[in-house]
Amino acid sequence: MSTTSMVVEQSEAAQPELVARAEIDRSCRVPVLLFAGSAVFWLVAGSLMALVAAIKMHTPGFLTEWEFLTFGRVRPVHLNMTIFGWASMAGIATLLWLQARLARACLPFGNLLIAGGVVWNVALTAGLVEISIGHGTSVEWIEIPLFWALVFAAVFAVVMAASLTMFGRRKVAHVYVSQWYLFGAVLWFPFLYLTANLLIHGGFTAGTTAAATNWWFAHNVLGLWLTPIGLATIYYLIPKVIGAPIHSYHLSLLGFWSLALFYNWAGTHHLIGGPLPAWLVTVGIVGSVMMFVPVVTVGINHHMTMVGHFRRLKDSPTLRFVVFGGMSYTVVSVQGSLTSLRSINEVNHFTHYTIAHAHLGVYAFFSMVMFGALYYMLPRLTGREWGSARLIKLHFWAAALGIALYWGPLTIGGWVQGLQMNNPDLPFLQVVAGTIPYLWGRTAAGVLMTVGHCVFGLLLLQMLRGGGHAQNPARSQAATGGEVKA
Amino acid sequence: MNRAVWLYLGVLITVIASFVGLVQIPDRQLRGLQPVKDDLGVERPLRPDGGVLAGRAEYIGLGCLYCHSQQVRPEGFGADLARGWGVRRTVARDYIWDVPPVMGTMRTGPDLANIGARQPSNAWHLLHLYRPRLTSPGSTMPEHPFLFAWQRVELQRPTDALSFPEGEPRPGWVVVPTQRARDLVAYLGSLDHSYAVPEVR
Repeated sequence: MSTTSMVVEQSEAAQPELVARAEIDRSCRVPVLLFAGSAVFWLVAGSLMALVAAIKMHTPGFLTEWEFLTFGRVRPVHLNMTIFGWASMAGIATLLWLQARLARACLPFGNLLIAGGVVWNVALTAGLVEISIGHGTSVEWIEIPLFWALVFAAVFAVVMAASLTMFGRRKVAHVYVSQWYLFGAVLWFPFLYLTANLLIHGGFTAGTTAAATNWWFAHNVLGLWLTPIGLATIYYLIPKVIGAPIHSYHLSLLGFWSLALFYNWAGTHHLIGGPLPAWLVTVGIVGSVMMFVPVVTVGINHHMTMVGHFRRLKDSPTLRFVVFGGMSYTVVSVQGSLTSLRSINEVNHFTHYTIAHAHLGVYAFFSMVMFGALYYMLPRLTGREWGSARLIKLHFWAAALGIALYWGPLTIGGWVQGLQMNNPDLPFLQVVAGTIPYLWGRTAAGVLMTVGHCVFGLLLLQMLRGGGHAQNPARSQAATGGEVKA
Repeated sequence: MNRAVWLYLGVLITVIASFVGLVQIPDRQLRGLQPVKDDLGVERPLRPDGGVLAGRAEYIGLGCLYCHSQQVRPEGFGADLARGWGVRRTVARDYIWDVPPVMGTMRTGPDLANIGARQPSNAWHLLHLYRPRLTSPGSTMPEHPFLFAWQRVELQRPTDALSFPEGEPRPGWVVVPTQRARDLVAYLGSLDHSYAVPEVR
């Protein structure tokens, strides 16, 4: 954080409040660091699996001898590492800390949460092994067999209990917009996850209904879990770093409730042209198009808050990551709404275009916001500074250029692939051949992103091993805002 | 917004509404679907059993669905029918036995909803699984050597040994499919949705 915002923070927060804040951070320390550290480990592992999968797509002879490394297993292993390892664990770390800070309550159930973090890692490892040895379910985003899913659900219950307890003990009358989103995420996701797993893997649905359930769930992983955590973080960190309040309370209100109302319904747009009753697909399209409302609202609200403060992007890495994420949220959501239209979906469905879109959401939006959050949070939890401003800069540019290089070419390549696939005169293998150059581009982008993640991992290791100097956390914040200038 | 109760209610009502709308109501609508009888009086879709069911498990365990869909889009929406991927679009009734469904969302490879009718040769499928580029030059499908075994030719060549178009790769030895490969091919051979259903035409 910068000098200006620090002044704001100090002037409104007297000394006792700084002490209270340090105490809150101390209560978060071990559980949040456990989730955050695990998240970064899974990020690096997930990136390596992504590279293996990406190379296989243009060089199919790569690593074919070992069954556990066949494409159909590496791909779900990558997805589950990045969604349930990286994204969800980073999300939980951020969610717990934000709720503690906003409710001004210490994090309860510390030991239970630590146990939960360990169990989560064990369940994820077991689930990944199951997929690798052929026990995956091939139900997208619910590949991990039911038993381990139930273990995840149990940990979710602890996270939910901790978050709601802090919310119940809040010492501030006003409930800040970030808390609405956190409240939503922490109730929505366990319900979605448990329901979808039990219905599909418990044998309560079959055929087309199971497919509808699958996409109701899978789309909501982004919509009702990652998105609210990401938006809550943006709503918290932008004003914190620039030292100015959110532009409009009423836009915040509209943005939240329209998201709650419409995002739920968007999932069946993944099945356009499929064997579903027409109304069911139409509902998905309507929900997707209505997402314009929360997206435009939130976009305007964040942009207007930033107006006059854009120069701060130069000195605050947190702000740079978070604003990049916020802008990507607008882009990915507008693209998503348009993609749900039948005329566009006719071309892009079943192609790499969709893969590019998914990465724009989970990476350019959510992951970038999480990077920003971790850069802000971890110095406050460890009482140590980040080791190198240059490496943070390298991480940012590798990630930002990486995702741009990933999304752009793969979107174009996917669109071309769709147009060619819809031309029956063109042999299918010619369509396949046409995608190869774009797939090489994707691998190059993946290397860049992986480099960024390794740098981030090194920075974190350096911090945890005490590379930076240990300080009193409260003092550390007052002195530098816990952030190096990059 | 300072009243937690409105948050609670709003958050729960919105998600339950979509659950009812996208899961419960379709389930009500589709649960009663029954198989139809084809011209020969056979109930379609066929209920998978034995080797076909085991092959379906292989299809799921190997993650074939990450590159292959099993759904044919309707006339005028894409070129699925013109490509010969089916004689009609697929409908909900075609999937009544599928637990879980493997409709897929990606076509790195072609749609397989009717692969059994389009490519009935088991020998072709086995060779293609072993080394896809032998049957389909330029394919990016992975090889599946782990579904096959090398076997020394004793007196007689096993009937299911792969025959390579460019000659035997290793004299005195042949490549034979494992039971898993045979099951997978049995499943692929069973994929045929060309029977008539009342929903289409």
